[in-house]
Amino acid sequence: MTAPMIELRHVSKRFVKTLDLAEKIVNLAGGGIREEVVHAVDRVDLHVDEGEVVGLVGESGCGKSTLGRVIAGIHAASDGEVLYRGGDVTGHTPEEAKEWGLNVQMIFQDPMSSLNPRMRVRDIVGEAPMVHGIVKPDDVDDYVDDLLLRVGLDPLFKRRYPHQFSGGQRQRIGIARALAVRPGFLVCDEAIAALDVSIQAQVINLFSELREDLNLTYLFISHDLGVVEHLSDRVVIMYLGRVVESAATEILFEEPNHPYTAALLAEVPRIENRGRTFNPVKGEIPSPIDPPSGCHFHPRCPHATDRCIAEQPVLREIAPGRLSACHLNDDG
Amino acid sequence: MAGDEPTLVVEDLKTHFFTKLGVARAVNGVSFDVNKGEVLGLVGESGSGKSVTGFSIIGLVDPPGRVVDGKILFRGEDLVQADDDRMRSLRGRRIAMIFQDPMMTLNPVLRIDTQMIEAVRAHENVNAQVARERALEALVQVGIPSPHERLKAYPHQFSGGMRQRVAIAIALLHKPDLIVADEPTTALDVTIQGQILHEVQKLCRETGMSLIWITHDLSVVAGLADRICVMYAGKIVETGEISEVLDGSLHPYTRGLIGSVPSHNRRGQPLAQIPGMTPSLLNLPEGCSFHPRCPRADQDCLQDPDISAPARAGHQVRCVHPHLEAES
Repeated sequence: MTAPMIELRHVSKRFVKTLDLAEKIVNLAGGGIREEVVHAVDRVDLHVDEGEVVGLVGESGCGKSTLGRVIAGIHAASDGEVLYRGGDVTGHTPEEAKEWGLNVQMIFQDPMSSLNPRMRVRDIVGEAPMVHGIVKPDDVDDYVDDLLLRVGLDPLFKRRYPHQFSGGQRQRIGIARALAVRPGFLVCDEAIAALDVSIQAQVINLFSELREDLNLTYLFISHDLGVVEHLSDRVVIMYLGRVVESAATEILFEEPNHPYTAALLAEVPRIENRGRTFNPVKGEIPSPIDPPSGCHFHPRCPHATDRCIAEQPVLREIAPGRLSACHLNDDG
Repeated sequence: MAGDEPTLVVEDLKTHFFTKLGVARAVNGVSFDVNKGEVLGLVGESGSGKSVTGFSIIGLVDPPGRVVDGKILFRGEDLVQADDDRMRSLRGRRIAMIFQDPMMTLNPVLRIDTQMIEAVRAHENVNAQVARERALEALVQVGIPSPHERLKAYPHQFSGGMRQRVAIAIALLHKPDLIVADEPTTALDVTIQGQILHEVQKLCRETGMSLIWITHDLSVVAGLADRICVMYAGKIVETGEISEVLDGSLHPYTRGLIGSVPSHNRRGQPLAQIPGMTPSLLNLPEGCSFHPRCPRADQDCLQDPDISAPARAGHQVRCVHPHLEAES
């Protein structure tokens, strides 16, 4: 068996708000102000195999975007190992690091803030492959034309600026830019969340086509369970920095194991459900600065016991290919 | 409820924006009504005119926009003809609005209690103590935990979902007959959205309040609304009971929208997509605005179709070639 495309072992990412001068002075006088630490990602294990589409689902503040950025190499992990094709990325030679950087590309939620407003589409899409020697400067125009056609844009548009496009078209430009360096792995961070429904469908279909044609691997980060169910082979659910459940899409949607997954699935608005009575989980998503003890979900969980308050459940295999982090699985 | 007059009747409403580039017909002949205690879903994509319809009802269309024609009958009274003073006394008291971004409703430099007491006393001559009690009651109604303490907080101390609850609580202060909600849960997380929908649904059932729920998300409306209006380029293209429209949609645009939503039953299959994109309101296609994107379009579509009821009572469609054959 070949090594997975990307593997995370106990990866954590912390953001620390360091003390400013005034606070340090207060501390010298015995103020006792401490640094605020946000555990955005807390000891996460995750792997994405070649050719697989993994959906990463969670609500705001659960660390899914941060995790995506660690995988794409935009953030360095605070702890743990990130392995790209079996090799630890911290031990990469410059060539290996470049190979990783090019092969893993990211598509962002807001295409307007991820495209340089002063560059023409030709330069946005064509710059990276030229710099990295993938195409010769003379061939850039043809290369960009091909890419634009592939993502469903008219090559005549390539002299335009990003503001001259609609939201859906801009997202296609973002996709073309990511594809320009011939990646094998795309990290899509809420890539369709900002689009209208009919445009969303166009872009979802584009992702499926590209997967077939270019044999791509995806990490699809989204809060929209409907979209994730449609696209993914496997779904990973995160809550407050930790992975709480991971399973093949059909199994996870059929019979969720973790109470949080069950609560999420119950809340997905579905077009099939008419005049339903909403019966939501109680409470708010806690702050990652001061997460609850034990299982992070226990203050909202209908099945919580004393053990859930005291002890953090481990993510472990409950059936082949199915992981869940819940104490309820121990009771038999 | 037979015999009761509808809370709101909108007749041939036209709201146009007179821009330098030309006249944008954001709302171009929209008619619908909302009964007492009913939830009407107003669905459309960006630029379909759904929000402008909402703003027209509550009289908040800013220049260069203007209601140029039509009637908005709120309990028999035409709001288009009402003067500013009259609108002011209705707005916030009998008709309230909830916006997508609760920070549009809340003043960031004032405490919640200040804002809520002000809102109560704007319409009723009561002392601050009574107003405070009312504010507290409203916060309890929308399910805000420890409302006594929360009243003293500033908006930035609330999470997004809690802010939206406060905005809803403010809308509820005067027990209005009609609430216009413009994408109120779009920016919220799934579990928080569920909580808000739960509160809103309960309120409509318990108080007989009418609700217009403006959204782009068919799946939210499917669970919440009694009736639905689908808008495209300033016009209602299909309207009817929620199940009728979603299960037996007649308009090709509605069909396209429904097919665009990833569904449990069609996992992995390509989604039905509507080609092209929403046309610019400054430059609408001739005849049926949808015809350049429509798979069923032909010569007849160059004539602007009327809204009609080809199938069943109450289910109307604006199309020359509706999907009638797929009935039965």
